[in-house]
Amino acid sequence: MRNPLADKVVEIKPSGIRKFFDIVSEMQDAISLGVGEPDFDTPWHIRDEGIYSLEKGRTFYTSNAGLKELRQEICNYMLRKQNITYNPLTEVLITVGGSEAIDIGLRAMINPGDEVLIPQPSYVSYEPCAVLAGATPVIIDLKAENEFRLTAQELEEAITDKTKVLILPFPNNPTGAIMEKKDLEAIAEVILKHDIFVMSDEIYAELTYKDKHVSIASLPGMQERTIVINGFSKAYAMTGWRLGYACGPANIIQQMTKIHQFAIMCAPTTSQYAAVEALKNGDDDIAEMRTAYNQRRRFLMNAFREMGLECFEPYGAFYVFPCIKEFGMTSDEFATRFLEEEKVAAVPGTAFGDCGEGYLRISYAYSLEKLKIAMERMQRFVEKLRAERTV
Amino acid sequence: MREELLAVIEKNSRIDLKELAVILGVEEIDVVNELAALEAEGVICGYHTLINWEKTSIEKVSALIEVRVTPQRGQGFDSIAERIYKYPEVRSVYLMSGGYDLMVILEGKSLREVSSFVSDKLSTLDTVLSTATHFILKKYKDHGTAFSQQKEDEREIITP
Repeated sequence: MRNPLADKVVEIKPSGIRKFFDIVSEMQDAISLGVGEPDFDTPWHIRDEGIYSLEKGRTFYTSNAGLKELRQEICNYMLRKQNITYNPLTEVLITVGGSEAIDIGLRAMINPGDEVLIPQPSYVSYEPCAVLAGATPVIIDLKAENEFRLTAQELEEAITDKTKVLILPFPNNPTGAIMEKKDLEAIAEVILKHDIFVMSDEIYAELTYKDKHVSIASLPGMQERTIVINGFSKAYAMTGWRLGYACGPANIIQQMTKIHQFAIMCAPTTSQYAAVEALKNGDDDIAEMRTAYNQRRRFLMNAFREMGLECFEPYGAFYVFPCIKEFGMTSDEFATRFLEEEKVAAVPGTAFGDCGEGYLRISYAYSLEKLKIAMERMQRFVEKLRAERTV
Repeated sequence: MREELLAVIEKNSRIDLKELAVILGVEEIDVVNELAALEAEGVICGYHTLINWEKTSIEKVSALIEVRVTPQRGQGFDSIAERIYKYPEVRSVYLMSGGYDLMVILEGKSLREVSSFVSDKLSTLDTVLSTATHFILKKYKDHGTAFSQQKEDEREIITP
């Protein structure tokens, strides 16, 4: 029989997270700090709206781009929060999670051989999606000394004649890094100079703990060359509803809608109705969850300080990214031993790119009680490793 | 900090001061001072424990009593409310809008104890026009906390 598989797909590495998943699943009373989704349930009024839409029999397809009412609410939201005006009829597409928007956004923009700049450590999908779209991914290694922000110089050095798209993943999973307005202004200059496009993944936009998130699309000259990707998963604790969206220039959205139309048809109808309610009446829910995350973030930062573990202060998402280089082992070894010896699962930084080596992603989408137990175990583990090294 | 502090201790009044300071991002001494101020101002009125008595062997009966009263000249409902809330078996008294005036929440050892309080003490007050007693059969949620089993974490253990 002939090989039924496509080489391009076979060559893609599976996510490095899987191995830990298998070990933890078999372990009794292990604590996981490895989850990339909120621990809150979707606020009840949003769920209720989803239930109501089912009761009303709203079980049909929506238009390909999504419910008009939802697209309008998204435009209201972008104006309210980012002061950016989008046309709901031509510049918004509702997708199955932010992930679909990443995939089809790249497919809509890439010609074979185009280079896509991917700052890492970052979410696991960008590189494979870029490869599947026919692009050549070019990795930019972000540095701890810059608090894992992308600098204008790093960007400038990575750009070639073939560079077409920069993926801008901030607030960042796994580092928790943010890009403030001044950081964005610095890179916007480079982007404009070289006439490249931006895919700004702002799925964690609502979860920042310093100033409010600024979208790069709000800077002068940037809206026309930026696809903003956002969704409902993180802000409203709606991961399982699978709903995201892209806002951007009409010509790109139009082509994305074409792919979406043929591959997906439309995003889930129930989720879309629930999302309308989320955008209309969900601002307080976000604020409440953000406050809880921020308390946990401070708790973890304090715990690291007390155990003398190096960690830059992250101001976004719900992750901290402590440095474990002092123990002289790889992230993978550290995470494996941490799991085996203290039964705490955290994700090695290398799962998010090679430059995540020496770091660990710890999620604080867990209750303070759970984090407290986990940090007690971590302290014990860190002390044990230090004792081993002095022998 | 005041609003966030109150929100945290409303849910967990046993949290220790050091931890409270850490999660609020302030110094411990500031927390101590703020708590003292809140107590002095009467914003914090107590640090109670939420108990699901149904899980104990102690028998308790609670009732909501709708009370219609004649307000008194110059004092409105306050003095009659005070008259009622001074009874130790009365847990809460609220002035209500709508079909009746005062909502009295009562806790007693038995149905008989509650009914005799209503007939002997409450109804006999001069200003009380009428009462309607509703016994509580089961408490599902109290003070924002559901009494049912806590939900397990159903998330996948590790996700990107």
